[in-house]
Amino acid sequence: MNHLSINRRLFLQVSGSTAATLSLGFVWPQSAVAADSTEVNAWIDIHPDESVVIRYARTEMGQGSRTSAPMLIAEELEVDWKKVRIVDVPAHDNLRRKRVYGDMASVGSRTIRNSQDYLRKAGAAARIMLVEAAAQRFGVSASECKASMGMVVHSASGKKLSYGQLAGDAAKLTPPKDIPLKDPKTWTLAGKSLPRVDIADIVTGKIRYGVDVQLPGMLHAAIAQSPVFGGKATTVDSSKVDNRRGIVKVINLGEFVAVVADNWWRAKEALRDVSIEWDNGKNGAVNSAQIMQVYRDGLSHKEPAIARNDGDTLAALAAGQVVEAEYYTPYLAHATMEPMVCTAMWTENQLDIWASTQNPESTLTAAASTADIAQEKVRVYAMQMGGGLGRKSPQDFTRQAVAIAMQIPGKPIKLMWSREEDMQHDLYRPASLVRMRATVDQVGKPNALHVRVSAPSLFSQLLRMPLQNGVDQQAVACFNDHPYAIPNTLVDFAIRTTHVPVGFWRTVGHSQNPFVRECFLDELAHAAGQDPLAYRLSLLPDNEKANRDKSILQAVAKAADWGKPLPKGVHRGIASVDGYGSWTACVCEVSVNARGEVKIHRIVIGIDPGYAVNPDNINAQLQGSVVHGLTAIFWGEMTFKDGRVEQSNFHDYRMMRMNEMPKVETVIAATGGFWGGVGEPAQAPLAPALGNALFAATGKRIRSLPLKNHGLSLARA
Amino acid sequence: MKLHVNGKNHELDVEPEMPLLWALRDELDIKGPKYGCGIAQCGACTVLLNGEPVRSCSYPVSSADGQKVVSIEGLADKGKLHAVQQAWIDHQVPQCGYCQGGQILAAVALLKKKPKPTDQDIDAAMTHICRCGTYARIRTAIHAAARQAGGKS
Repeated sequence: MNHLSINRRLFLQVSGSTAATLSLGFVWPQSAVAADSTEVNAWIDIHPDESVVIRYARTEMGQGSRTSAPMLIAEELEVDWKKVRIVDVPAHDNLRRKRVYGDMASVGSRTIRNSQDYLRKAGAAARIMLVEAAAQRFGVSASECKASMGMVVHSASGKKLSYGQLAGDAAKLTPPKDIPLKDPKTWTLAGKSLPRVDIADIVTGKIRYGVDVQLPGMLHAAIAQSPVFGGKATTVDSSKVDNRRGIVKVINLGEFVAVVADNWWRAKEALRDVSIEWDNGKNGAVNSAQIMQVYRDGLSHKEPAIARNDGDTLAALAAGQVVEAEYYTPYLAHATMEPMVCTAMWTENQLDIWASTQNPESTLTAAASTADIAQEKVRVYAMQMGGGLGRKSPQDFTRQAVAIAMQIPGKPIKLMWSREEDMQHDLYRPASLVRMRATVDQVGKPNALHVRVSAPSLFSQLLRMPLQNGVDQQAVACFNDHPYAIPNTLVDFAIRTTHVPVGFWRTVGHSQNPFVRECFLDELAHAAGQDPLAYRLSLLPDNEKANRDKSILQAVAKAADWGKPLPKGVHRGIASVDGYGSWTACVCEVSVNARGEVKIHRIVIGIDPGYAVNPDNINAQLQGSVVHGLTAIFWGEMTFKDGRVEQSNFHDYRMMRMNEMPKVETVIAATGGFWGGVGEPAQAPLAPALGNALFAATGKRIRSLPLKNHGLSLARA
Repeated sequence: MKLHVNGKNHELDVEPEMPLLWALRDELDIKGPKYGCGIAQCGACTVLLNGEPVRSCSYPVSSADGQKVVSIEGLADKGKLHAVQQAWIDHQVPQCGYCQGGQILAAVALLKKKPKPTDQDIDAAMTHICRCGTYARIRTAIHAAARQAGGKS
């Protein structure tokens, strides 16, 4: 197949018997790739043996879209799913083909919602061409023919031809301009829970992650980055390790020092014995308290950027009795199970990259700019990722791997960070300090709400993008677009910039702001003496979006038996939020004992993603969102001392484990008419639902995370 | 040094203190065991040593000299999946899958000792970290594999 480059073949060869699993067909029986396969369009190859290759142009980190995206193509193509094999598209193919595959990034829960239209059209266009080719052979009109399960049938005569027989002719036809798509109500494949195409290869250990790249002559690199962000290595003394077994080279690249060896463990061990002097710059004494003061100052900032301004909030607040509360959410590390990893091979005129990357096109441009060569001279193979969580979209590790590889031309160099490097040089979920102020009317409904967000800007600090009107949309997410009927709403933003690097962490602004918004709303509901669900419903106006909030709130409340009596000591909380194009809600049931042990009796979490392409995968994403969320809610917090992160590994950055897993029930209430994401949004309503349940149980309002700082722990399930 | 891995004998000339994980991964190209923490916290590096799960990131290769190692690649018997692997597929357990080789091997060892494990048995044996949050499905799949094995005997 023409998209397999020389280097890809090398890699497949080296991987030996496991090669097919990496990019070729995952569960379906392997048939040899026929040389005379036909590319009907960029997404679809049809082989004479009736097997069909569908290309997948995003990446896979466990979110499941390597299965659900091709399902949308197959649905329109009318093909037997068992004959489909999925092939990942390398980023350089997209570049070479003028980005025919569109955006390749798996970020922002947007693979399905942003590509569904062109994926479905690719499948439908190919089907239309196959039907037309058949009609020409039958000498009839295409409208008399029907495609199904890889066959085109002329119903009147009963004549049929298979896709394998038709592909050659079909590919010669002009692609249709008008491509009608199926009503999702008539789907026969999409909308069903199908097994993921890569799971069989995961459970046999065949699938290869970025860390598993193996190439002839490959060397391994371990690095030490400046413990203080922004520092630089001044002097490096490697005399203790230069002659040690397996050590190839010690390289000082300023921002980091690399040891290259024939085995990663040798490289990492040697690094400990390399003596490095760091110039910490001006941040060598910064600690958490000082950083917190920067956030505090933001609350009194006189000229914040205005994110939303309905009515005259300040006047309304001045005229009434103000309810005020401050909420804080901390810095968090991603801690993907697979640390940052990138393999780079630099030869005179060519750069090859194998990386665990969420954004292969960014990997390609980062590699080209680091090496200062044309993008056409770079090949990028995105590997299966051991988790991404937003961390593997920025390309710091790619630039490092290229910089190291350029010191040792002709040798593939696999750079892998240690867990300690990963935790101490993350791009952290920013902390956020938010002050909520509201006045309520005679029946307890808010008539004015002022939200002051004091937080860093991901777009400005990480992406170096200009901010429209000075507002970072992630920093004010779910405040700037709150659905509630509050006549006066002012949302303003005091940008905070510290030396702590920040990044997109699964669910981003929606991982923290819903905790603030929905807990504060709960405060108002309790102050008004109203049921939190009824209070929310009464605040939601009658419009399309707010009706989706109502719909998912009611679906989840019903599933959670909201309003029915609970056993003594058990209490519940509720919250709902929209994000990533989907609507979500959550109910938590908890009890808390005198030792502060929180027992979670039940979590009901629901989503309305518009269309549910692979429901069981959505179910998995909701379950996973709960674990990811609870880990952060109970324990997640990065602290800083002497300019550096204090946490270093899983012993002091605690992860939730099996024995703490509560009962989780999921609700998928897809109402249709829109396309929402599923990987991230469900984490959003969890923290506020839990916080509200804790208030119901204890009478104590939690306004900062993690819960461990409030003397609360998670009881075994 | 000799290692018997997934039914094959390997001669190794490495430092005795090299962790088993790195002998497997970087010397023998057995990539199923994964690096996750290096301090025996997460379990992604788990292999079976004479049938017992060990965290190979913190286990010196010299201690495995001459012994029988099984990694996830060696669990299936001549292409026939182990009941635990099949249960993992049936219940679509993995998300990213990075920790799952270790999880599966820990489950295999558990079922060998306790063919009908209780939830408490599972909690005690399955101490690995999964960032994707597949715990509920792991539990379901272990019970399913136990039923499957029970049905056969």
